[in-house]
Amino acid sequence: MSSTTNTTTIGTIGAPSRRNTELALLVFAVIIPVFAYINVGLAKEETVPAGVLGYTLGLGLLAGVAHLVVRKWAPYADPLMLPIATLLNGLGLVFIWRLDQEPQISTPQLGGAMAPGQLMWSTLGVALFLGVLIFLKDHRVLQRYTYISMVVALVLLISPIFFPARFGARIWITIPGVGSLQPGEFAKIIIAIFFAGYLMVKRDALALASRRFMGLYLPRGRDLGPILVIWALSLMILVFETDLGTSLLFFGLFVIMLYVATERTSWIVFGLLLSAGGAVAVATFESHVQVRVHNWLNPLELLNGGVTETAQAMYSFGSGGILGSGLGQGYSRLIGGIAPKSDYILATVGEEIGLAGLMAILMLYGLLIERGIRTALAARDPFGKLLAVGLSGAFALQVFVVAGGVTGLIPLTGMTMPFLAQGGSSVIANWALVAILLRISDTARRPAPTPAPSTDAEMTQVVRP
Amino acid sequence: MNKPLRRVAIFCGLLVLALLVRVNWVQFVEGDQLKNDTNNRRVAIERYSTPRGNIIVDGKAITGSTTTDSGDFKYKRTYKNGKMWAPVTGYASQAFDANQLEKLNDGILTGTDDRLFFSRTVDMFTGSKQKGGNVVTTLDAKAQKAAFEGLGNQKGAVAAINPETGAILALASTPSYDPSTFAGMSNKDAEAYNGLLKKNNPDEPMLNRALRQTYPPGSTFKVVTASAALENGLYTDVDAKTDSPVPYTLPDTAGLPLKNEGSIQCENVSLREALRLSCNTVFGKVSADLGNKKMKAEAEKFGFNNSKIDTPVRAAESIFPTDNRPQNAMAGIGQASNRATPLQMAMVASAVANGGKLMRPYMVDQLVAPNLNVVQQHTPQEMSRPLSPENAQKIQSIMETVVKSGTGTNAQIPNVTVGGKTGTAQHGENNKDNPYAWFISYAKTDKGTPVAVAVVIEGSDTLRDDIAGGKLAAPIAKRVMEAVLEGEK
Repeated sequence: MSSTTNTTTIGTIGAPSRRNTELALLVFAVIIPVFAYINVGLAKEETVPAGVLGYTLGLGLLAGVAHLVVRKWAPYADPLMLPIATLLNGLGLVFIWRLDQEPQISTPQLGGAMAPGQLMWSTLGVALFLGVLIFLKDHRVLQRYTYISMVVALVLLISPIFFPARFGARIWITIPGVGSLQPGEFAKIIIAIFFAGYLMVKRDALALASRRFMGLYLPRGRDLGPILVIWALSLMILVFETDLGTSLLFFGLFVIMLYVATERTSWIVFGLLLSAGGAVAVATFESHVQVRVHNWLNPLELLNGGVTETAQAMYSFGSGGILGSGLGQGYSRLIGGIAPKSDYILATVGEEIGLAGLMAILMLYGLLIERGIRTALAARDPFGKLLAVGLSGAFALQVFVVAGGVTGLIPLTGMTMPFLAQGGSSVIANWALVAILLRISDTARRPAPTPAPSTDAEMTQVVRP
Repeated sequence: MNKPLRRVAIFCGLLVLALLVRVNWVQFVEGDQLKNDTNNRRVAIERYSTPRGNIIVDGKAITGSTTTDSGDFKYKRTYKNGKMWAPVTGYASQAFDANQLEKLNDGILTGTDDRLFFSRTVDMFTGSKQKGGNVVTTLDAKAQKAAFEGLGNQKGAVAAINPETGAILALASTPSYDPSTFAGMSNKDAEAYNGLLKKNNPDEPMLNRALRQTYPPGSTFKVVTASAALENGLYTDVDAKTDSPVPYTLPDTAGLPLKNEGSIQCENVSLREALRLSCNTVFGKVSADLGNKKMKAEAEKFGFNNSKIDTPVRAAESIFPTDNRPQNAMAGIGQASNRATPLQMAMVASAVANGGKLMRPYMVDQLVAPNLNVVQQHTPQEMSRPLSPENAQKIQSIMETVVKSGTGTNAQIPNVTVGGKTGTAQHGENNKDNPYAWFISYAKTDKGTPVAVAVVIEGSDTLRDDIAGGKLAAPIAKRVMEAVLEGEK
């Protein structure tokens, strides 16, 4: 990238900080979930729920503090990301609380009420968000930890193998006394840091040292090495942890970042070929995956005379229709088990606020993703660009994989809907992700310091003979 | 690096777009289908979330609702005199879905039908709960009672129609079942339901014999054969001698004879005598002389070979077969592949009684909204004209002779003109099973013809001759006709 061509969409001077826009949007981001909360209470108990004041204050406080910290430590950050994250998180809390009201799926065996826990995790998430903004003055600092990130990410990804499988997937580590964590959520961010650092250094070698073959640039074997390693690793995760979602995310992230770094379409072709090959190979060996694909192709099939979870989710969506049954008035609890609050929370969204509401939520995700990529476009350093596109891409893939899985667009994988679904690791990691994106956007949009007076700019001295 | 970044942005946009398209597909295009899927428990939850509307007979509800504490479902269906009314109502069970009127009018009874939109909207604004509408039937409680009690412990069915409108007055089937016993979803309900299933109960109590079971109609079909003879001009005078040898040899066979019951005198008798005595030879020959095509055409005018007789509960298809000459001759006396439902034979009697005009049978008169507004009103419809008025008169006159001085004397009612026809249908290989006793009839007063009825009794092991229908079935038909006439006064 040369610095002489102006490719950033945002000028270097005079960009407004947009903090007031953010504040106004945050007000909505707090008010909407509060109304939703009251709505659920009215529908279920015909009274305004007792917790509404606490909930309003809690959410308002989190949003307010976050806003003040952004104002102070990242004044030029993107104004949309924080309100969107707050709104999604707030609505997620309402939906989880609403599902807590169903006795059948809130038994002690299924973990009981989960909204209080989720509120605590959200608070921790916002705390981490604040921490990142305050202590990470410049995202380029992360570049120094490229190889440490790689080690940490690998440890995080591999660690669940040593813990027992829960709910059919080996994606958890259990720490006695603390609870269980899903390290994949954190690995997603850390691996993006590693890729960004690695690719920034190696991208020229990857992009240029290649032979042309049938219109494609074939990379050299030694450059192809890392992608093959990552491919193999993602397959191993899938096989040993039976976690289709994370491996897809992990691999897709790498392909996107490679493509952006090298500007070579051939990487995408290789990526697609490898992932298709891998998927077919695994699908033939792994019964878990076969079951998922079978359920995807036959969503309404009966199993032992009973309706499957997949079918129940489809019924939820169908019964929601265009405008939904109204908050608190759906029957998504029929999905049963622990899934309605986590993997299947979109089914509740679809049933209770309908197609209109679900589309609005998807648009919020879309907006957040595109703001992330816009940040990448605006970033002035390659590391920032790569990191921003990596994080946004990972977020987009996760949203697509989860929402596509639940609505039956693609086979279902066990992942959480960012911010919306119940899950401590997820909400904390995603707040951190948004914080890093905000930090990059702040750096990108910050006006350049006024140029120091240059001696060359002085009037040419006329030397008289 | 910005060109690939823009492409990634487009790619991510496409991912979100794909999701938007998908949710539109699932929630908008497939929405209704998923919403009303039989396995979608919400359908049942909705059905039992409010007291269900009722099925009404003679202004009184024969169904009801009671609250339960069985999980999702707040209300449970109850039935008054469930065994007697089961062939009319069908059942609505929390665990086993619903059938017949309960199922067909589910939208009205639950209150979700589109035609109740206005009423629902009003409810929404006034804050009152959604209510179900009612289904008003055409049935006559007294006639139904007479039919059900008349059948008693015997296996059989009764269908009675008002010939002038096609309104169904009685629809009884025995042995029957009480839908109340499995309206809930407890283990006891499941046990009751399983006990009624065909595999566990050879008597098939849940089979609606009046509508859904076909039998060989036996000699009662001779009314149709006689009609075909008149309509096609084979004979014009019912009192003129016919060309009927005894014994009559089935056509295209090597001397296979068609026999009459006992030693009745059937040689060259008139149609009136032939029907009075129930001569197989005469009607077998009529059917053979007319040929399969004409016989079939006449039977179809009476409603045979019609798979879409919806009352609105769909009746099983009655069959007059396409067949070779000897089989066609046998079909002409209600044997061979000839099959008819009790409703079908009641339609035959009603068409004759109604001057040759067959009215479409129906049993739902009105659908009523919760606010008592009529949502749908049935208007009687003509289905076909199997007989000209003159020929109808002639058939009436010979059917009346059957009751006056023939095999059907058991159906006589003082001061009322009754026309009828007995039948005893053989079934089983080589006639080894017990025959079915049939009787079809109508009753006429000076005010009109208010009732036509068909009775069938399975397994009448007492009698095998042709008057079994007269002995066993005619008294039941008589009681049903009397009950209707009683109400007319």
